[in-house]
Formats: sequence, C-alpha cells, structure tokens
Amino acid sequence: MNGDNSAPAVSLSNVEKHFGNFQALRSVNLDVARGERIVICGPSGSGKSTLIRCINQLEQHEAGEIRVNGREVGSEPAQLEAIRREVGMVFQSFNLFPHLTILENCTLAPIWVKKLPKADAEAKAMALLERVRIPDQAHKRPGQLSGGQQQRVAIARALCMEPSIMLFDEPTSALDPEMVKEVLDVMLGLAEDGMTMLVVTHEMGFARQAADRVIFMDQGEILESAPPDQFFANPQHERTKTFLGQILH
Amino acid sequence: MSAIIQASLTHTVFGFVRRLVGSPLNFVLTLIFAGLLAVALPPVIRWVITDAAFFPAVPESCKAISGACWSFVIAKHSQILFGIYPNDERWRPLIVCVLLIGLLVYSVRPSAWSKRLAWFWGGALISSWWLMGGGFGLTVVESDLWGGLPVTLILTVVAIGFGFPTGILLALARRSKLPVISLLATLFIEMTRALPLLSILFIASIMLPLMLPEELLPDKFFRALIALYLFASAYLSEVIRGGLQAIPKGQFEAGEAVGLSFAQLNAKIILPQAITVVIPALTNTIIVMIKNTSLVLVVGLFDLISSGKAALADPAWSSPSVETYLFITLIYFLLCFGFSRFADRMEQRAKAPAK
Repeated sequence: MNGDNSAPAVSLSNVEKHFGNFQALRSVNLDVARGERIVICGPSGSGKSTLIRCINQLEQHEAGEIRVNGREVGSEPAQLEAIRREVGMVFQSFNLFPHLTILENCTLAPIWVKKLPKADAEAKAMALLERVRIPDQAHKRPGQLSGGQQQRVAIARALCMEPSIMLFDEPTSALDPEMVKEVLDVMLGLAEDGMTMLVVTHEMGFARQAADRVIFMDQGEILESAPPDQFFANPQHERTKTFLGQILH
Repeated sequence: MSAIIQASLTHTVFGFVRRLVGSPLNFVLTLIFAGLLAVALPPVIRWVITDAAFFPAVPESCKAISGACWSFVIAKHSQILFGIYPNDERWRPLIVCVLLIGLLVYSVRPSAWSKRLAWFWGGALISSWWLMGGGFGLTVVESDLWGGLPVTLILTVVAIGFGFPTGILLALARRSKLPVISLLATLFIEMTRALPLLSILFIASIMLPLMLPEELLPDKFFRALIALYLFASAYLSEVIRGGLQAIPKGQFEAGEAVGLSFAQLNAKIILPQAITVVIPALTNTIIVMIKNTSLVLVVGLFDLISSGKAALADPAWSSPSVETYLFITLIYFLLCFGFSRFADRMEQRAKAPAK
C-alpha cells in the first residue's frame, strides 16, 4: 500500500504553481523523510499553504513532480484516491461537517471510502476521540463545540483514515488564544508517536519543541531549511531574520 | 396533579388575556378586531352553515335557501373528484387517490425513509397507472377520460418526484468544470425557464403530434406529464444551485481531503446542507408546481378544476359555482398547506441539535 518503502514520505522537485499571473510556487524542492516533522513558516502569500495543498492535490501543480511514499501525485482519479488515503489534512477553519454529529464526522470516510463496517468505524472513531480527549461530545454537532474542541475533532477525523502523513494548514490561527494549547498538545502527542507531519504554523514554540526542521518560505520559494536550534539562533537569510524579528517579539 | 394542570391552564389563559389587553395599543387593536369579527362572522356562519342546504342532495333543496348549496357538492362529489371517468369504474381512481394520499402521509416521517419506501412508491405509481388505464384484466379507460383528483395527484407526484432528483443532477451539471456538460445543462434550464408553462404544454399537446408520426407519439396525458416534469426540474435545479453556492469551499475540500468521491461528497456532505439552506425557496417552487398542474386543462386534460367546471354544467342545478370552487380550494389548500407543514418540519429537524 505504501509503494516504495525506502522512498521519502514526501518529495517535491521543481514544483511550480500559478494563480493567474501570481506565481505561488517557484521551483520548490523538498524531501520529507518518514517520521519527520516539518514546520513551514513565512509571511502571508508566501506559498506555504499552496505547498501543502499541492501534496494532497487540493491544488494542482503545473510543473515539477510530487511523490508521496514514492508514488507520483496527479489529478487522475486513481492517483487522487491513493494519495488521499495516505495523507490526512487539518484546516485552519476546521471544516467539520455541521449537519453530522462528531462521531459521524469521524466515521463517514472510513465507512464510505474504506468500506469499514459501521461498528468497526465507530469503535476506531471513539478510540481516536478518546485520544483527542473529547469522547463525551461524540453525539453533539460541531456547532455545539468550542473552536479548540472542533479542531481536535478535525484531527481525529483525519486520523480515522489511518494516514501515514498529516498536513496541518495553520491549525491554530482561527482559535482563541486559550484554546491553542489544547490543539498543540494533541499535535505534540502525534509527533511523539512518529507521525510524518508538515505543519504550516506561526507557533514557534511548537516548532522548537516538535520540529525536526523548520522551513522558511517567501514569494513562493523555500529560502531556508534548518533544524529549529539553528533556524532560530542563526538564520542565514536576510528575509528570514526580518520575519523572525516580526513574529518573535 | 390536577392542581398543576389547573395552575398551568390559568397561567396560559392569563397570558393570553394579557397579550390581548396588556397595553393601550393592544387594547385598541383587540377592540377593533373584535368589532370587525362581530360584523363579519355571523353572515359567514349563516351562509356556510345555518342557512345552507346539505341533505337531501337533490336540486330542489337549493331552491328556497339564502345560504350555500352544499347539497350540490354532496351530490356531485364523485364527478368533481373523478371527472368524466366511467361511472362503473370509479372505484379505480378512488383506490389510486387513497393509495397516493396514504403513501404521501406515510412518507412524511423521516423514520419511514428507506430503500423500501422507494419500492413502495415505484409500486404505487405503476399500479396507479394500471388502475387508471386498465388492461391486464381491467376495462381499458383511455386517458382522455381520466379526470379530477387522481389526475392532479399523479401529475404532482410524478412531476415533482422525478423533477427533484433531475433538478439536483441539472444543478450539479451546470456547476460542472466540464464545459460541454455545463453548457448543455445551462441551455436546457434557460430554454425551459424562458418559455411560459402554457406554451410548453401547447408544444407537447399540439405541436408534437404535428412533428411525430402517430405510432411514436405518447398519449396526451403522458405528454403533459413530461412537460410538467421538465418544467419542474428546470426550476428546482436553479433553487438547488442557489443552495450549492451557499456551501463554503472548505466543506468541499474537507470532503475531498478524506478521500470521498464526487458522488459521495455530494450525497453525504454538500447536498444535505445545500437543500436545507433552500428549504423555504424549494417549498415555494413546489407549491407553485402543485398549483401549476391545473394548467393542463388548456390542453384538454380534466384536472380537479376542469372536473368541477364540467359538473357545474348540469342544467338541473342552479350552478352553485362558489360552493364547488370552495370545495376544490379546500383540496388544494390541504395539499399545499400539508406540504408546507412538512417542509417546516424538515427545517426544524435540520436545525435541531443532535440528541
């Protein structure tokens, strides 16, 4: 199922993406090893979200090659299906399905995509809701939960598909400050368990604590890529220094 | 226990009285409306009940009365309800009405929604067709002779029952990224909407026979049915498209990201939300469609209203048309109001928090 076992979890080579005349990604190259935790930061419009959205093809890249677990990523239905089984995603605005209960949010894809029996899907979902510490909310609707709780459900929903790679697109940016920690704690737990993670975030505390590498992007390019100690203590690039100066007060 | 009931009753009554006379404005309004009712209600009651003729249901009973001639409606109910359908066979449209109305009422409860219900409906429609038209052991009754309530019910149920899913497909097709599909759907919707229903019915009943050889031509009832169905699908599709546009992009992305296929994404995530958003507009369109079925009278089909008209032509009676149309109005009201209550319940159900 995982294709080539020695291949990197994610590998991008010379990936390009435009939105009209705006170039969102310029010849991006990136290899992510299995189990590696990557934090991607950069000013807004720098292409960080586009980068991870190309990995699961919510955006289609125009040039270059993306491979996930060695398998080429494209927009063919078979490729899409394969890629989305491997890659889970968590969004800034949670995007839970408001008309379904928390439990149904989590079991929908396992039942319909993986054809899991309902009882199995529910058992698995309850175990994961336990893990993100909201099993008692399983029969409520998303609108009845706080932002932090919703984002934890969103993480559980993605994990229910048993992905080998998790993408996080600014998972804490839409949260009230007091709820950021509960979401980050869940993400730290995932990182400790060895999940391959690509996280777009400005939570530098999380980067320091959990990341193997921090990547800085600006104007569609990866300008800097270094382990957190080195990244924060000794940024190489002028624009990285400016950016860090702006977000670390 | 009874003390509690009494207390809550007193509370309700006092609340009601307080709302009637609680403020100077309410007091004045209550006075005005009480006065209006006192003037308007007695003559209405006299006309509808006390001065009206009910039995015996013969023409003479209406000669010397100043109230409503209900005896006409009572005497002619079978003709109003079933039109010019042969007298001896009227048990057949009666069964069709009972079957369709019974199934409509049964289908209202969400707990009844299952694959089995779809089979019930399929069976009900096929047996309605057979009961109305005959064959296979029943006397054949040509569709020219069908009339009244079963015609209205069949036209409504088929036009909307098939128009709704077709409308969903058209709405999805119009939003498709594939230009050919989107163009075809748009073309169909715009053409259908640009024509008045009357002219579509005329095309179906008068122009089609000129263009098609006789053996390829479906009968008049079927042609009107198709016309209504196409018209309903075009209108419903635009209402549904409005709902689709109200769904945030994040819902599509979240569904795609967990690997749902296009069909699964729409069936499980997008359409349930989109349709809920547009329930008021859908109700509006569907009620208009229920009443639109009465337009088939222009192409010579006997719906409820035409049957009522035909019954009024009896020279023995003094043409109590107000009473007849009130009776027909009541039937339309029950159909439309019933549907609007159903739509309201669906809305409440969608809003209600999960248990």
